[in-house]
Amino acid sequence: MNLLLLAAAWGVLMMFLSVSGISRATIRTIAQVGMGLLFLSTIAELQGIVFYDLNAPAMLGVDRYALVMLSVLSGCGLLYFLLSAKDMADVGADYSEYFALIFFIFCGFVLVLSFTSLLMLFLGIEIVTIPLYILTGADKRNLKSNEASLKYFLLGAFSTGIMLMGIALVYGARGSFSTLELVGASGIPTQLLLGGLFLIFFSLAFKVSVAPFHFWTPDVYDGAPTVFTSFMATLVKVAAFAGFLRLFDHGFGSLKSSWQIWAGVLAVLTLIIGNMTAVYQQSVKRMLAYSSIAQAGFMMLGVYGLGDAAKEGMILYGASYSLATIGIFAVLTRMQDQTVEGFNGLAKQQPWVSALLAVFLLSLAGIPLTAGFLAKFYMLQAALPATYGMAVVIVAVIMAAVSVYYYFRVLQAIYFREPSEGVSFPAFAPGFVRVLTIVALLIILLGLQPGWLLRYLYF
Amino acid sequence: MIALLLVLIPLIGGGLTLFLPRPALARPVALNVALISLIAVLLGLCQFTQAANWSYDAEWIQPIGARFSLKGDVLAKWMSLLSSIGAVLSILGSWNTDRKLPARFYGLLLWMQAGMSIVFLASDAFLFYFGWELALIPAYFLSSIWGGEKRIAVTIKFFIYTFVGSVLMLIGLIYLQQLTPDGSFQWQAFRNLELTESKQIWLFWLFFLAFAIKVPLFPFHTWQPDAYEQAPTPITLLLSGVMVKMGVVAMIRWLLPILGIGAFIWSDVVICLAVVGILYASLIAIRQDDLKRLIAYSSIAHMGLTVAALFSLTGFSNNSNVVLHYHHIGFQGVMLQLFSHGVNIMGMWLLADRIESRFGTRKLSELGGLARTAPTFTIFFVIIALANIALPLTNAFPGEFLQFNAIFHAQSSYRIVFLVFSGLGVILSAIYTLNMIRRIFFGETNSATENGLRLTTAETLALSLVVMVVLVFGIYPQAALNFTNDFSWEYVKSIDITRFLAK
Repeated sequence: MNLLLLAAAWGVLMMFLSVSGISRATIRTIAQVGMGLLFLSTIAELQGIVFYDLNAPAMLGVDRYALVMLSVLSGCGLLYFLLSAKDMADVGADYSEYFALIFFIFCGFVLVLSFTSLLMLFLGIEIVTIPLYILTGADKRNLKSNEASLKYFLLGAFSTGIMLMGIALVYGARGSFSTLELVGASGIPTQLLLGGLFLIFFSLAFKVSVAPFHFWTPDVYDGAPTVFTSFMATLVKVAAFAGFLRLFDHGFGSLKSSWQIWAGVLAVLTLIIGNMTAVYQQSVKRMLAYSSIAQAGFMMLGVYGLGDAAKEGMILYGASYSLATIGIFAVLTRMQDQTVEGFNGLAKQQPWVSALLAVFLLSLAGIPLTAGFLAKFYMLQAALPATYGMAVVIVAVIMAAVSVYYYFRVLQAIYFREPSEGVSFPAFAPGFVRVLTIVALLIILLGLQPGWLLRYLYF
Repeated sequence: MIALLLVLIPLIGGGLTLFLPRPALARPVALNVALISLIAVLLGLCQFTQAANWSYDAEWIQPIGARFSLKGDVLAKWMSLLSSIGAVLSILGSWNTDRKLPARFYGLLLWMQAGMSIVFLASDAFLFYFGWELALIPAYFLSSIWGGEKRIAVTIKFFIYTFVGSVLMLIGLIYLQQLTPDGSFQWQAFRNLELTESKQIWLFWLFFLAFAIKVPLFPFHTWQPDAYEQAPTPITLLLSGVMVKMGVVAMIRWLLPILGIGAFIWSDVVICLAVVGILYASLIAIRQDDLKRLIAYSSIAHMGLTVAALFSLTGFSNNSNVVLHYHHIGFQGVMLQLFSHGVNIMGMWLLADRIESRFGTRKLSELGGLARTAPTFTIFFVIIALANIALPLTNAFPGEFLQFNAIFHAQSSYRIVFLVFSGLGVILSAIYTLNMIRRIFFGETNSATENGLRLTTAETLALSLVVMVVLVFGIYPQAALNFTNDFSWEYVKSIDITRFLAK
């Protein structure tokens, strides 16, 4: 629980800093230090050093899975701040508030990852999404940003309503919010319980943008300021998935005969729709939005497969996908022309940054030697033994091959094409490149030896 | 130790070459790295022959049960020899060509070799898959950056094609791994699985598709002529000389011993595809005007024959020694041909590259009369081209002869049909090869070919190496047969499927 208190405190601190009148550089440093502390405090908790223990087992219970996931999230958050904090200043005037909102979102992450009561899940999801509505609309004078924010808010609120309804039905069936008592001793669900289960299932599917509940995603990701898209598409999605898996593994796991097939159907749909649509995108940002749907399809395989492999896979997937996407977005924000053609010939002028981008893209495509490959490998391993697992998995890998096409299009632009006339590439600051290098190294390291991260699950 | 060295030398050497401060150094450094790994293979073949020297095993990714284990059986040694010869030839052959960014070119080339070494040596399926992809990625970049005009579209097709195959294989690997009692990826664990017939029938295709695309077998070959044509010639040389052999090696190691029943059940289909491929590719080769495409199609035909011979070996042996004997020599033919075809086709690419770089064209119609103006080159070319059609006294002859033997003694009821049609392939290959020689070397000279063509020292060295191998194994194939003899016996016994059917 270290992270919960710290994140809340830091959020409040950042909020007050906005009226203190100190410079943006200082604000940025304070935020980065704060995120570093969040990361360290989670690592400390993994080692058994607890600064602050919230003893409410009926509401929240932190286990190893939650802690490892939280350290992945806060670690990625730190790298995200180091790479992109500067770009947030370009969004609008309320620099410090943006940080405050992100810290509040981290509070939500803790709830989503460690709930033992459905109410806490609901609270967590709300704490995560409400700041996101604001961040999406942060570019106040941009109509696209406004539109995205409103769209996200309306649909998000609607799906939250559905989740609440589901929780109410489950409560009606079981007389309790506790995730431990979701299923009775007999193991035979009542219609009421099943109704509630599926309502929660669909609303969570909406939150993680799984097809056919994904329609908001491209517009919102495209309309939101790019720095915040990067955050939403990675950490938020991963955290929501982790919560999704937690609920359906621990809570509804014994009922899987009734919902597992639907998870498989949704996964297949998401993979097909996400990948096929991504192929046709010209703008890299929009391509990444669809690719995030496609990647969600792969993560959905974890929910479909369940078990230890799914948990390990979700952590690895979360780390590899977040790292790679944050890296690409960080570069993308700085590009003048954000279409694929905008990357033409980048390698000639920026060979090192191009090599790093290549690592990110290869990882997203799931090529061996990168973490992305092993993450996909784990998901396949989790999904294969399930009912109809073979069919689902075959669709998944064929779609992975499709994804190679659009990820490699960026790669082709970077390496094999000549730069267009009159396009200049931004100069990347040495500090930025250094952090980007760390991100790429982490991806390769996890791709060669995932045990360094996953062993924390067990010891 | 040798096995590990064969992976590490090109891997580290490639990394060094990539980051060389002076690009001019790239070529000599890469050549030295390639020579060192060739020396390592030779040492392993002559001096340090004990099994301990050729195996290596270490913990790797514990959570999924993958180990870093390499094991050099005769097949692996044989292919390692081929791949290190390939690396030397490819660097020597392009010695006088100046490329942009040479450090990256040669660095990636060595990494590609590292990947292929892993494929040949791995006895852990996960590692094998790793190497399979590791060889592919550098090949993709090499072809896309340094290739011909249409390189970008062609290489992405090549990449996605092979990627689809390999991810399907990955599913197969995961499936088998989950069946093993200790969740291991070891070859031996897979081999002990004893899968039922109903499973093998469909599992076979998950693996076979990946390998068939790599070989490539008709109708999965459409990436190949384009990719060979567009890739820079040193890379084409490695692709066709070594990398496509990965497909056959994978069939030999990972398909027949593990999914024996599946392979037997589908063997008629596979041989049929292979034979159709032989005829189809040969007929197209006859009509080609582009030298590189012609060689590419001839490669499809030759590899088709090898696959047909290999799958003729599946089936009941009934422990009868006669059948075993025919299977044994048939398999030796496959082993010989893997090596011989590799060397010959590499020679062909060296020659084609020389013609292209000298005259700026690969079109047969724009060449002619070279026999008069470039006699040395002609001698090299004719010897290697004749080896390519498996004339007696060249290295390909014993291999092809034994392969036909294998098809003749297959268990299939269509074996005579297969034999006749694949035999037609030999005649067709004589037609297109001799036709090619006629159009390049005889007839009138034109303004381009009048001035002849001189070979540099590096090229003469490389071509002499090829011709030496052609003649040595052509005149005295027994050397190679002795080398593969014991292994072949073991192997044909191991793919005997009666042990499955006894259940």
